[in-house]
Amino acid sequence: MKAVIWQGTNKIGVETVPDPTLLLPTDAIVKISSTAICGSDLHLLDGRIPSMEKGDILGHEFMGEVVEVGRDVKKLKVGDRVVVPFNLACGVCDPCKRGFFSACDNSNPNHRMAEALYGGVSGGGLFGYSHIYGGYAGGQAQYVRVPFADVGPFKIESDLRDEQVLFLTDIFPTGYQAAEQCGIMAGRDVVAVFGAGPVGQFAARSAQMLGAAQVIVIDRVPERLKMAEAAGAMTINYEQEDVLTALREATGGRGPDHVIDAVGMEAHGHGPGALLDELQVKAKISFDRITALRWAIMSCAKGGTVSMPGVYGGLIDKLPMGAAFAKGLIFRMGQTHTHRYLGPLLSRIEAGEIDPSFVITHRATLDQAPELYKTFRDKHDGCIKVVLNPWG
Amino acid sequence: MDNPNGATSNMGHSTTGARLQTTERLLLASLGLGLMALGTRGGNVRRLAFGGAGALAAVLAARGSNPVATAMKIQTDSSGETRVSDGVTIGKPAAELYAVWRNLENLPNLMRHLQEVKVLDDRRSHWTVKGPLGEVSWDAELTADEPGKRIAWQSVEGASIENGGEVLFRPAPGARGTEIVVRLHYRAPLGSTGAVVARALGEEPSQQLRDDLMRFKREQELGFHPTTEGQTSGRAAKQQEDRPQAQPGGALAQGGAR
Repeated sequence: MKAVIWQGTNKIGVETVPDPTLLLPTDAIVKISSTAICGSDLHLLDGRIPSMEKGDILGHEFMGEVVEVGRDVKKLKVGDRVVVPFNLACGVCDPCKRGFFSACDNSNPNHRMAEALYGGVSGGGLFGYSHIYGGYAGGQAQYVRVPFADVGPFKIESDLRDEQVLFLTDIFPTGYQAAEQCGIMAGRDVVAVFGAGPVGQFAARSAQMLGAAQVIVIDRVPERLKMAEAAGAMTINYEQEDVLTALREATGGRGPDHVIDAVGMEAHGHGPGALLDELQVKAKISFDRITALRWAIMSCAKGGTVSMPGVYGGLIDKLPMGAAFAKGLIFRMGQTHTHRYLGPLLSRIEAGEIDPSFVITHRATLDQAPELYKTFRDKHDGCIKVVLNPWG
Repeated sequence: MDNPNGATSNMGHSTTGARLQTTERLLLASLGLGLMALGTRGGNVRRLAFGGAGALAAVLAARGSNPVATAMKIQTDSSGETRVSDGVTIGKPAAELYAVWRNLENLPNLMRHLQEVKVLDDRRSHWTVKGPLGEVSWDAELTADEPGKRIAWQSVEGASIENGGEVLFRPAPGARGTEIVVRLHYRAPLGSTGAVVARALGEEPSQQLRDDLMRFKREQELGFHPTTEGQTSGRAAKQQEDRPQAQPGGALAQGGAR
């Protein structure tokens, strides 16, 4: 089959590799009908996530048709049309039972790597996202092996198009969880979203669905800001205005009640903090550039929530913890508990509350993936979200 | 020397880091003096290097602590025994988990460094371990057996490696199943230096114990081990075979789910 392969930092190619096979009786094989490039894949392209190996198959946003099931798979049948959450969960451990699927105790075969790096605990496995997270082959390919087949894959039985349900695998639940964990008081709270990439777009729309009185989106890319404006958000271009001043003004000096950092570890931005981050990353003593997080903390209103769907990888320096303490901020973060949201968010799509395909700007074949990774990273050609057809 | 009931708890021992034994300290001190002597001759670089290394060795010998071992998280107590402990919470009742451990001949499936355990009678058993420097075996006896709560064992007098351990089974708060705590203690040949050497040779007791406990948890909760072994990738077939696998499935899993 054809698959998108990580060949090294800034080297991504399409290669022909053996088709996946069932490795455990609880596995299924899915023939992929649509797959997408996620913003977090760009951290892999840029070599920011440790423990990638040459030859790894990328991709964690995919859907398709079940073509084979292991003998212990009970709920899933050949022919089922499924979306597959980007994270793997066993469904039986204590975190899974409580709905904290991304914190699954049992799905990461390389738990010892994660434990060494992250203080004795390991989250669950992820598709196509480094060996710390299990080293599972990803789904930017024609077929994929799906472990824990009775736990993750979610059947789509309506006639919604792939493009309307594909983002249930990651970015829609990720944006939604980011908004949900703010505890928005409907009709009262103002929510600011840093980063108008795909997750930021879904976070902004989710905040609106949850009743935010106003949503303010901050970015510097005009077409991304325009997409947020189309949903009725107010926007700030941080290249043209001082963000903190603009947010104070927009909120009568209070600051947004909740702030979502949908940027994560590769924030651009300026000022002494941004310069320090850049130097530390260059010297390889840090993974993270945290301008967005600093702004989130500095701008957030007293008693507010800083919600972080953006990915962070390592140790962070010069975080304004004094400001966070003085304002009594609440921090919420982490990988998305995708499994929780599949049903409820599918219902919202079916009810016509949202059509997730709004975010797609580029449609291409798998062969074009390497070029589109770069287009997406460089934000060329108005690129916000790329969907790939593995059979095109 | 550990008292016979020492296995109950390690609270009475100071385990703040690795301490050097007397023989280790003497060796280190003479090494330091030797290096410092060499450092009195030759050019500046040589004098600085030998003098510095010698002084460092002498200081370490005088202080009696082994910073390498401490940095590697090797814990030794005041009597020079190396201690390893870890815990895991498993969503199953204590009685069930206790029963798996109480079957001593099954221990090599749970603790992978064990080659074999043969039960001799209701108290004594014969243990074989494959260490970095070959096979070692000894006789051990049960020092405690509280059904559903605790199992403890200790090597008998004259064992080639003096060692012991205990497994505690405690109900986890909030109906989360059972907390299993394993504590092992052994007198490594050559004290903390021996422990460092053993670790450098690839036998890492604390990592092994962690892996053993996670494997046990997954066998109990899932009935199989998650794996990527043999999955497709862009690596050539040969390279895939060479890739180290973090967790090959245990014999228990093969007997169970497969």
